[in-house]
Amino acid sequence: MNTSTEPKTSPMVSVGAGESRTSKATDTVKMSAQNVKVFYGASQAINGIDLDVYENEVLAFIGPSGCGKSTFLRCLNRMNDTIDICRVEGKITLDDKDIYAPDRDVVLLRAQVGIVFQKPNPFPKSIYENIAYGPRLHGLAKRKAELDDIVESSLRRAGLWDEVKDRLDQPGTGLSGGQQQRLCIARTVAVSPDVILMDEPCSALDPIATAKVEQLIDELSESYTIVMVTHNMQQAARVADRTAFFHMGDLVEVDSTDEIFTNPQDQRTHDYITGRFG
Amino acid sequence: MSITIEQRRQHRLTTIENSLARRHRQEKRFRFAGLAAVVIGLTLVTILFISILMRGVPAFWQSTLYPEIYFDPEVIQLDEKPERASGESQAAFDERYTQWLIQAGMVNWQSLIDRAMEEALGVEVEPRQLRDLRALVASDERFSLRDQFVENPSLLGQTVEVKMLAAADVDVWIKGNIDRSLPDSRQQLSAQTREWADRLYDENVIRNSFSTSLFLNTDSRSSPASAGLAGAFMGSLFMMLIVIVLSVPIGVASAIYLEEFAPKNRLTDLVEININNLAAVPSIVFGLLGASIFIGYLGLPLSAPLVGGLVLTLMTLPTIIIATRASLRSIPPSIRQAALGIGASRVQTVFHHVLPLALPGILTGSILGVAQALGETAPLLLIGMNAFVSNVPATPLDQSAALPVQIYLWQGNELRNFFEARTSAAIIVLLGLMLSLNALAIWLRKKFETRW
Repeated sequence: MNTSTEPKTSPMVSVGAGESRTSKATDTVKMSAQNVKVFYGASQAINGIDLDVYENEVLAFIGPSGCGKSTFLRCLNRMNDTIDICRVEGKITLDDKDIYAPDRDVVLLRAQVGIVFQKPNPFPKSIYENIAYGPRLHGLAKRKAELDDIVESSLRRAGLWDEVKDRLDQPGTGLSGGQQQRLCIARTVAVSPDVILMDEPCSALDPIATAKVEQLIDELSESYTIVMVTHNMQQAARVADRTAFFHMGDLVEVDSTDEIFTNPQDQRTHDYITGRFG
Repeated sequence: MSITIEQRRQHRLTTIENSLARRHRQEKRFRFAGLAAVVIGLTLVTILFISILMRGVPAFWQSTLYPEIYFDPEVIQLDEKPERASGESQAAFDERYTQWLIQAGMVNWQSLIDRAMEEALGVEVEPRQLRDLRALVASDERFSLRDQFVENPSLLGQTVEVKMLAAADVDVWIKGNIDRSLPDSRQQLSAQTREWADRLYDENVIRNSFSTSLFLNTDSRSSPASAGLAGAFMGSLFMMLIVIVLSVPIGVASAIYLEEFAPKNRLTDLVEININNLAAVPSIVFGLLGASIFIGYLGLPLSAPLVGGLVLTLMTLPTIIIATRASLRSIPPSIRQAALGIGASRVQTVFHHVLPLALPGILTGSILGVAQALGETAPLLLIGMNAFVSNVPATPLDQSAALPVQIYLWQGNELRNFFEARTSAAIIVLLGLMLSLNALAIWLRKKFETRW
């Protein structure tokens, strides 16, 4: 076994996926985190992270299990609020406004920053109701026809319309895993958020379903800012404009995906993407 | 190199094979024990049901007399039944009507029954035998005869077959619930009455008819044959309504708050521990509490279904809270996250998604809690619901009996031969009520169940 410290082995991940997609990212800072620390009870999960998210970019978080990437993602729309022992310090802004400000309404925030979870979790209701729930909740549609439009366009955006248009009244839980996840994405899109957070959206899916979701992410980045957590480095390489590497609660480095995979600045990043650990 | 790989493999194989036999035996033993437990349990329940049914079902049919009553104008010397004249005030009419009722009450109705019985038996009864004759008929049938006449005065002068309950002892004698070979000194009825009862049964004047009195009458001491469950049934019904109206909303609401909204701190821990403790408190303690607070302190009436309902509500609350919390907890967190993630507030999340999914469990728990309350006796004894009450309660504030307490009272009645069967019949009514509640719980569960 070769244990010598070879300075730079060539990365295992073949880069080039980035070439196939054209970035829609702008220079506008959509969300910004400043010195964010997260505690679960007494133990600290995030050790002070500074990170900017640009409008219409796809930003991927990678890192070994337990590095805090999901925890950080969930801070961006305050999903951590639901965990009693979780405490967030520091400042996170959306469009330059602090999302943890006392007068900030979580409901409004989550309508602006939607989230898609690791395991598809459609409501045990019809496909139509799954999509219509959010718009109806926020009063986005005045009439039934408007709601129908939202449902159709959301399902179209999620690439699911042709597969389900004849069975909108069937339970959403009856779809396949990949379809369910796209249903969840459509459900999030239906509320027209600015930012979509995705927490390992493909980890429960087979390769074909994964490919569809990745294609969807690419299309969605035209109108949405997307922040995703992934365990799969190839996936980050395929879909992300920029990639952030997390390790033990620290943001080790963040750069354009090409840079991260071809020319990592930090030894830990290098070790991780070359498969030394993780 | 003493052991070859082949030997080692062989050794491993035999070790596993040996342990396999043991494992299979273990599994078989356990399966057998489980099966045996089920069989024993089912057998006991079956025996219970069969014994209750065997004893109780006959009590639904009761020895009933069908004598021809002649409404003799010479005995019934009454004015015309008053009709309200035009221009007469309600008070004046009531006055006249009451007078008429009093008059009707003074008619010797018993003599009509006596004569009809003589006719049926074809005998002239001497005054000293009158006791034997009257022992055939339930003692309060003279009042029902009066009521029939008051209802329909046109019976005057007519001869009509009237349905009358036979006395409890006659019912016991005819059904053979007493040893017929016992000497006279140990029989409840005189030899003459027994002979007459047998003769009337042979002549089909006494028949076993379905006992509507069991459902329509209240408890009775003077006339055991007509003792019924109506008062107890209404009392239990009022209490059930109070329990459902109070304990289900309060219980479900507190469970939702504790499970979905309350912060997890020492105070809520304390509340949780105490709710669990309350569920284990013996029910009689709730009776004591009710007696001292509702009756002693708040001054609510004794023996009232309202107080019974409040006591049973206290008793049922912890059960409902625990069942509801368990049901809410079983809803996967992913549903809550999904709703929160698209911007539903916590209340919306609970009411739109969590509660509908938890509903079957909540309903089942609540109904089982209510059914348990329905069968509860001990706390009711302490708030005076074991008093003898001969009215059907019209409001929850009236004095009343309750079904389980009625069972307890009948079980202790000195007329053993008669009330043993009545007790079982009352148990059947109570069990029937409970089984229908449980059936309702199952039906609701099926109706609201959502497939995932």
